[in-house]
Amino acid sequence: MTGGLPGPDPGARPHPDGRRNSQGARIDPAVEAEPEAQRAVLSATVKHEPGVLAAVSGLFSRRQFNIESLTVGPTEEENRARITLVIEEPEPGIEQAKKQLEKLIPVVSVTELETDATQRELALIKVSGEKPDQVQSVAEMYGGEAVDVSQETVTVEITGSRQKIEAAVDTFHRFEILEVVRTGTAALERGAEETR
Amino acid sequence: MTEQVPPTTQTKAEAQASDAEDAEAAAKQAVSTGAGSVVATLESAGVEHLFGVQGGAIMPVYDALYYSDLNHVTMAHEQGAAHAADAFGIVSGDPGVCLATSGPGATNLVTGIADASMDSDPLIALTGQVPTDFVGNDAFQETDTTGVTDPITKTNYFADDAETIGDVVGEAFAVADEGRQGPTLVDLPKNITQEETETNSGETTTPDTYNPPEEADEDIVEAATDALAAAEKPVILAGGGVIKGEATDELRAFAREYEIPVITTMPGIGAFPEDEELSLEVAGMHGTGYANMAVTHCDVLLGVGTRFDDRLTGGVDSFAPEAEVIHVDIDPAEISKNINADYPLIGDAGRVMDQLDDELDNRPDPADRYAEWREQVGTWKEEYPMDYATPDDEPLKPQFVVEVLDEATEDDTVVTTGVGQHQMWAFQFWTYTEPRTWVSSHGLGTMGYGLPAAIGARLAADDDQSVVCFEGDGSFLMTVQELSVAVRENLDITVAVLNNEYVGMVRQWQDGFFEGRRMASEYSWCPDFAKLAEAFGARGFTVADYDGVEDAVEAAVEYDGPAVIDFHIDPEENVFPMVPSGGKNGKFALQTDHLDQL
Ligand SMILES: Cc1ncc(C[n+]2csc(CCOP(=O)(O)OP(=O)(O)O)c2C)c(N)n1
Ligand SMILES: [Mg+2]
Repeated sequence: MTGGLPGPDPGARPHPDGRRNSQGARIDPAVEAEPEAQRAVLSATVKHEPGVLAAVSGLFSRRQFNIESLTVGPTEEENRARITLVIEEPEPGIEQAKKQLEKLIPVVSVTELETDATQRELALIKVSGEKPDQVQSVAEMYGGEAVDVSQETVTVEITGSRQKIEAAVDTFHRFEILEVVRTGTAALERGAEETR
Repeated sequence: MTEQVPPTTQTKAEAQASDAEDAEAAAKQAVSTGAGSVVATLESAGVEHLFGVQGGAIMPVYDALYYSDLNHVTMAHEQGAAHAADAFGIVSGDPGVCLATSGPGATNLVTGIADASMDSDPLIALTGQVPTDFVGNDAFQETDTTGVTDPITKTNYFADDAETIGDVVGEAFAVADEGRQGPTLVDLPKNITQEETETNSGETTTPDTYNPPEEADEDIVEAATDALAAAEKPVILAGGGVIKGEATDELRAFAREYEIPVITTMPGIGAFPEDEELSLEVAGMHGTGYANMAVTHCDVLLGVGTRFDDRLTGGVDSFAPEAEVIHVDIDPAEISKNINADYPLIGDAGRVMDQLDDELDNRPDPADRYAEWREQVGTWKEEYPMDYATPDDEPLKPQFVVEVLDEATEDDTVVTTGVGQHQMWAFQFWTYTEPRTWVSSHGLGTMGYGLPAAIGARLAADDDQSVVCFEGDGSFLMTVQELSVAVRENLDITVAVLNNEYVGMVRQWQDGFFEGRRMASEYSWCPDFAKLAEAFGARGFTVADYDGVEDAVEAAVEYDGPAVIDFHIDPEENVFPMVPSGGKNGKFALQTDHLDQL
């Protein structure tokens, strides 16, 4: 190898002590402060047109944002759909996710919902049909009901918060769960507050 | 052979008609189709040049071009079309337009679109698509073009309605141009462009949901100004956004008034004149020692229109580790993406610079406070000069070649480059003083960018501006076929191949980080580039001696058409300074053995 330029060695040069964390924020060199992941519910109003869902899910996968769930459906406005995303990220990541979402041209607006927002998920749980009565009473315990019954199976529908669904799924394990399907979280702000 | 007809006087249809002495054909109007609306929209948007390659699914659009005054430049390869359009956008400031057919035509554009996306270059790509009835059936030359290009466009469109096709193209044009610039794409199914419909010349307007910010939050402007007023060691970091946002004047005025040293990113080259004392040139992996010292030791860093790319920052942990960061950007998503912004100023670069200026004007002039810092920076300039050793004997040093070409051309000369060592020497040893004179592939690092970019730059530049293209042997070989276009169009371009018979940047890394195992990096098998140039119909020169450099440069620059000089340079020459990937900017290597110390 040839070439090179004059000047003091790297070792002979002063260097400041400061440091930044992986988010590029300056930190006290003495402390190791990496922000922890949090759960956030984002609601995006989007133009109801082909390709939007692909654009949103593509964005989240290529930027490595952790998605817990993603739901989409029409809204009160024609030509508008709402996508509800539940993500798990450290604070700067949540901000990034919101801003990247907002940048997509067919995305009209994005909000991060308050933690007390109304959040609901629906699950269909298909269990063995050996004890239909017991299945029915457990379903009622969770405010759900049997929606399909056959010789071999009972399918119940449960609606509620993610925690409630998880508890229900846990409980139904005693009846031998055959299949589960969950919609992911849909959410709206409480009271008069709009989910824009 | 037919004569080259200036596009503004006669359409191709008229020209052919008079050739054939068939007045009827000239009188015949194009049937009004979706494709006609596409072309009408481009015309009303002010487009003059298009770069593309014909093919089945895009034929209706070309047929509409037949009746148009637009100058279509047929390229040898669609990648060349995309790079030419991209460079046209960089030099002119207005979106460049490229066209391709469906399938392989569209996929050949992909590299160029990705390049434009990484560098925020204004570009629109128009791609043919199979008829809508065939879409989804894996039809001949069907590719899911909007799917493929979704991650590399600002947005893209599938035009499935002939009546609104003009509006879609108009919107694509406006979105590429406004806010943070970037590429857009419109996929044009053949049945839609062929469909008879009233000509709809679409308006170049962005959708109502697209509203780029203009002025930054006043409170944050005030707080940022406080930080600047209290600073002892401020620097300005000017990114490509300064040039793209037409904020060069504001930035220069601000730096000069308060006497703040200016560093640029690579895309920011030309934002501040490199021959001014305040200029520290470029920071980052191959930036100057003084710029890297300044960015490491500053206490306030005013970044304007930069995305703090990793080739600039090196390891994030050691980037400007003591500095409060003021970040001006039109794209909110760039704020605190890589480097946390203590003062996020979201808005148009020029407007925000004015806001800062107004605010700082109300404080005691800080220029004197910064005097000691400027002196320190001056010391670094003396300590870390860009003085390469020029031996009396060959092999030629590439840095010398760059300097001779700079000397031989005017200040407003546009330089385009390929990717590799030659690209680094081309910015390190050329003195840039004007915006839109440095045209390179930064974020994507696309080998082969230089020559097609020179074609686009040539058409965008003023007639009296020179265009010089620096290429490496490896990079040149990737798009060399575009020389045929430069010859056909008689474009005045000087191509300097800094031929080291290696993919030299790779060879440098192999020597530095892979114990010299030169796997697949030796390129002595390249053709004789001077002969190749002559075969294309360009002028070709070969230079291996110091004595020959000036004459060849003079002859090539004088020659009114494309000329290629194959400079046989020192194959072992390396690019320094160098901050290894993820390293500390302040610990740049000046010699190979410094790399071991890092
Ligand atoms: C399309 C593409 N392929 C591969 C690379 C990886 N790469 C980066 S620099 C380089 C060497 C380029 O060689 P050359 O054009 O001869 O330039 P030099 O470094 O020798 O000046 C290579 C292979 C790239 N940047 N782009
Ligand atoms: Mg080379």
